[in-house]
Amino acid sequence: MALSSLNNLYRQVIMDHAKHPHNNRQLADADEELELRNPTCGDVLTIQLKIAGGKIQDAAYTGSGCTISQSSASMMTDQIKGKTTAEVEKMVLAFSDMVTGKDVPDRAQLLGDASILQSVSQFPARIKCATLAWKAAYQAIEESEKNE
Amino acid sequence: MDKMMNEYRADFPILKQKVNDEQLVYLDNAATTQKPQAVIAAIKHYYESDNANVHRGVHTLAERATEQYEAVRSKAARLLGVDDPHEIVYTKGTTEALNWVAASYGSTHLQPGDEIVLSYMEHHSNIVPWQNLAAKTGAKLKYIGLTENGQLDMVEAQKVITDKTAIVSLCQASNVLGVVNPIQEIAALAHHHGAIMVVDGAQAVPHMKVDVRELGADFYALSGHKMMGPTGIGVLWGKKELLAQMPPLEFGGEMINNVGLYQTDFKEPPYKFEGGTQNIAGVVGLGAAIDYLNSVGPDKIAEHEHHLVADLFPKLQAIPGITIYGPQDPKLRTGVLSFNLAGVHPHDLASALDMDGVAVRAGHHCAQPLMEYLGVSATARASFYLYNTKEDTDALVNAILDAKEFFLNGSF
Repeated sequence: MALSSLNNLYRQVIMDHAKHPHNNRQLADADEELELRNPTCGDVLTIQLKIAGGKIQDAAYTGSGCTISQSSASMMTDQIKGKTTAEVEKMVLAFSDMVTGKDVPDRAQLLGDASILQSVSQFPARIKCATLAWKAAYQAIEESEKNE
Repeated sequence: MDKMMNEYRADFPILKQKVNDEQLVYLDNAATTQKPQAVIAAIKHYYESDNANVHRGVHTLAERATEQYEAVRSKAARLLGVDDPHEIVYTKGTTEALNWVAASYGSTHLQPGDEIVLSYMEHHSNIVPWQNLAAKTGAKLKYIGLTENGQLDMVEAQKVITDKTAIVSLCQASNVLGVVNPIQEIAALAHHHGAIMVVDGAQAVPHMKVDVRELGADFYALSGHKMMGPTGIGVLWGKKELLAQMPPLEFGGEMINNVGLYQTDFKEPPYKFEGGTQNIAGVVGLGAAIDYLNSVGPDKIAEHEHHLVADLFPKLQAIPGITIYGPQDPKLRTGVLSFNLAGVHPHDLASALDMDGVAVRAGHHCAQPLMEYLGVSATARASFYLYNTKEDTDALVNAILDAKEFFLNGSF
């Protein structure tokens, strides 16, 4: 039956992150906060970053959404902690390439756990769900650099 | 009854396919409808045999194209229960029609302090043009709320529509809640206070008999693609005297009587609104769609959709965790059903249903104020049309049960 191919999209790791999301909380002392809306469904995601010395010290998110957007936000916030802002921007572009079906050979190294979301590339209607958190992080970093 | 309706299904080539290895079950008809062979053939025939520009050639093809273009105007008029084809203006669709009423009629008739009355169940296309008009004219927007049942609150309507009201604009049928609004009563109320009645008919005309005079409408908008016609063509019907008061919005060829160096005389309605070469093939396709709609019969379509929803409703309600928005009595509903499954985001649900071949919409349905009113960010929506069957409703229920098992019990 065709529903079994859903396993390609909703891998166990993705389901685990959606059910028990990491970093799904408010940061007390965030330096940057950015809210993005998924225009297709109206879900709202707010990303908070603590940035010092050009590095992401802490990252968290709030908001609700589908399995893909929630697990993606959970993985993204895990993966960007401790990275420089330049590294994160590179990760976001790699993630975007990956979910839109481009070949990203070093995706596992660059994106860690989040590389499993490559499966989203087979479900074009869900790409925006996956990229929402990453776009928010990218824009938050851009904002922080503007303010410097 | 159902057997006869099943025969129409064969007229729609697109439905005879598998998606994701499953038979396609197309339940996204409130977004757009599929096209019967007759509509596809009419457009093909037009381009293969009759293509020419209208109203401006003396040759045979120009004559044929013009004749067809104008014949559809008469068909559209009859579809809406009116005699005068000059009250039919071709537009890109409902959105453009509503935009034109706001931008042309609205901006020349509204004063600061005038009020525009809408409802919480409107599509963005019946909200945003009015917001823009209000910002430009200093008019105020007001909204009629809904009852607990998801119907238009008529008690509130009596309070919201006052002598300050200049325009009331409502959908005849909701694209989310599956309700039909009592336009006749609202129009009487609007006219009593000296306001005009604008009706968004996008979700009504394809599914039920409509008579704009009986409704008491002053303007009525519809989209071809939601009634088996092509995209990019729609109709604005307006009372002749109101259309005459409206300045054109697009200036150019075809909409003029005489052009001088410094001034121009415009044609009479509807031609003064149809500047430039129009979507002639779209008009031809719309004509074929109207013929097809009439060959089935709007009453029969409405009855068929009521049967499907009456059959589906209790089966859906029996699934634990399902919330259906709008009236809980299927007798009060059209073929539009918005719902959520507890614990499963509508986007995830729609992806799962798609794997079973079932096409539904998930999202805010271009009705964010309504979503906020309902306290949800999004819903899933199944919407039916004349070619859907009881088998389709069963496929929907089974696919929801599959999805529920997958997401909530993690097994398959």
